Amino acid sequence: MVVKEPDVVVKESELKSPVVTQGELVQLVRKRPSRRAFLFRLGAALNVVAASLMGIPVIGFVFSSFRSKGPGESWIGLGALDSFPVGETRLATYRNPFTRPWDGPTADIPCWVRRIEGEKFQVFAINCTHLGCPVRWFQESHLFMCPCHGGAFYEDGSHASGPPPRGLYEYQYKVERGQLQVKGGILPTLSEPL
Amino acid sequence: MLRKIALWIDERLYVSKLYASTAGHSVPANAESWFYVFGSGTLLCFIIQVVTGTCLAFVYTPSATEAYTSLEYLNYQQSLGWLLRAIHNWGSTFMVGIMILHLTQVFLFGAFKYPREMTWISGVVLLLCTLGMAFTGQVLRFDQDAYWGLGIGAAMMGRVPVLGPNLVHLMLAGPIIAGETLSRFFTLHVFIIPGTIIALVSLHLRLVLTKGINEYPVPGKRVEKETYAEEYESLIKKEGVPFFPKAISKDLVFSGLVILGILGCALYFGPEGPHGVPDPTQINTVPKPDFFFLWLYAVLALLPDYLETILILTVPVIAIGFLFALPFISGTGEKSARRRPVAVLSVIVIFLALGTFNYLGTYAPWSPKMGAWSGEATPFKYVKGRSPLELRGALVLQSKQCRNCHSLDGSGGLRGPALDGVATRLTSDQLVRQVIQGGGNMPAYGKNLSPAEVDAIVAFMQTLHEPNDSPARDTTAPENSGDKGKETATVRR
Repeated sequence: MVVKEPDVVVKESELKSPVVTQGELVQLVRKRPSRRAFLFRLGAALNVVAASLMGIPVIGFVFSSFRSKGPGESWIGLGALDSFPVGETRLATYRNPFTRPWDGPTADIPCWVRRIEGEKFQVFAINCTHLGCPVRWFQESHLFMCPCHGGAFYEDGSHASGPPPRGLYEYQYKVERGQLQVKGGILPTLSEPL
Repeated sequence: MLRKIALWIDERLYVSKLYASTAGHSVPANAESWFYVFGSGTLLCFIIQVVTGTCLAFVYTPSATEAYTSLEYLNYQQSLGWLLRAIHNWGSTFMVGIMILHLTQVFLFGAFKYPREMTWISGVVLLLCTLGMAFTGQVLRFDQDAYWGLGIGAAMMGRVPVLGPNLVHLMLAGPIIAGETLSRFFTLHVFIIPGTIIALVSLHLRLVLTKGINEYPVPGKRVEKETYAEEYESLIKKEGVPFFPKAISKDLVFSGLVILGILGCALYFGPEGPHGVPDPTQINTVPKPDFFFLWLYAVLALLPDYLETILILTVPVIAIGFLFALPFISGTGEKSARRRPVAVLSVIVIFLALGTFNYLGTYAPWSPKMGAWSGEATPFKYVKGRSPLELRGALVLQSKQCRNCHSLDGSGGLRGPALDGVATRLTSDQLVRQVIQGGGNMPAYGKNLSPAEVDAIVAFMQTLHEPNDSPARDTTAPENSGDKGKETATVRR
């Protein structure tokens, strides 16, 4: 039977304390390249590589918004032209084009449709350009007012008063086969208006 | 026999050693003060939140379709669900409140100074985590306020240059506020932030053990890096008492009161919400944050718009950066608040500012009162004895929704100035100009009022002054406007 020699011969003086500090360990490893030292290095390197490989999908999953912007916007029908009387501003709602089964009512998005004349429209996002609260249309004073911080907009969506930095966000629209359609699918913000 | 069992357990689990190095550690006798109870109070609140939150998670469904229903179920069907929701809600209020007291006390007692820099820094991260819990918790109460609160968060993120759209997408977990947004906030509220808090509390407490609790500051006794450790050690040796069972008594009393306070508030006030259904098409809503963020809501309304984006993006970074840097800016020297006037003044100013903004946030004078035009009648005294033209003006004022922003006799919006006595401030020409062109934060009504309506509304507003106050006059043509005012006054008498 072959008795293996210990990898590292530790001198009596090095055994002062039963606990080997990190410094001592490094010293020991440096002193004599051994199988144990090799395995330690191999193990550490293996873990770094493996953890990085596993980390990539995890980080990619969490920060997927930085890789692809998702489905983007698409055309959505808001209803027949007749449902929007000329000269008036009406609330319309649409189902967000990209939904998940558990979105519930949150995927129903409202917007304000102003029919100026004939097939000339303005379709405004519901979100105030200040901080996104829902603006309300007041037919009598022809103003959109925001309940949060008091922003107000004229009927053409331009800024009337209060803190909003710009006019209301406006959807692109088109009329197809008697239907009003808008291009939607994102929550408009200052850096990404519709 | 019992003693034998106890010894056996101790020998296996090292309970007495654990005690000696944790609960039994010596603290300076003067730290046994009523001012030193807030840290343990905050931790207690956190434990209550973990326990009640776990209970709520048995029932709550983090799905945009079901969350609201599951909250209603908790309120009305699940036995004692309402009470658990109320305790969780009040627990959060107490936790934020006591944590702020703890922060203030630690700041005023100079406990952030050498050698407790890391204790302070871990505390600042805990503060941010707790505020994060408050915001994400408000989102989990998935109602209208939660929905539009997320919208506000997204709108703020959207102001970040270049990265804005990505950050909005990251926050909402998609292009709009929807199902995945709720899942994301659920994960933050239930796994990520509480996990971080537990880890940081461990560090925070370990630092309390290794670096010791701050001794009660004495005016004139300065912290010096060279001598402090020695002084502290000799203080502990001379008059140290074990935290348990000696120094803990005041903490115990305070903890008991906190539990009773949370329970009492929960029983008396009941659970909070859920308010409206989180359906964005229900636009008749006035979104408002919980009290922790009311001050922010107020600040955002009151900032001048040209400063807003810059301040939204820089102030939090600077403020948090300052908190982190504090122990390095002022790491030594006086600890006692009696010798630190700047510290005391800062605390007073910050509390006054936050208090004032929070108070303003409760009634939001900057927001138009959406229902005032149809809901609040013209006060009788302002229609009595008026001419037909003036009455027509009163009608226009009402129907054009002026009351949403302007009050009459104390009722109506507060966005614009009250119109009582407007005739003493503006002449008829100025009134016409103001109505047609707007300005000073008022929309222009020129396109929206016929000349006849403008005449009527101005005629009415010219009657709005006390009988013995004379209306404003045009100094360049004193007779015209002056006479008009007098006539009105005569008619009224």
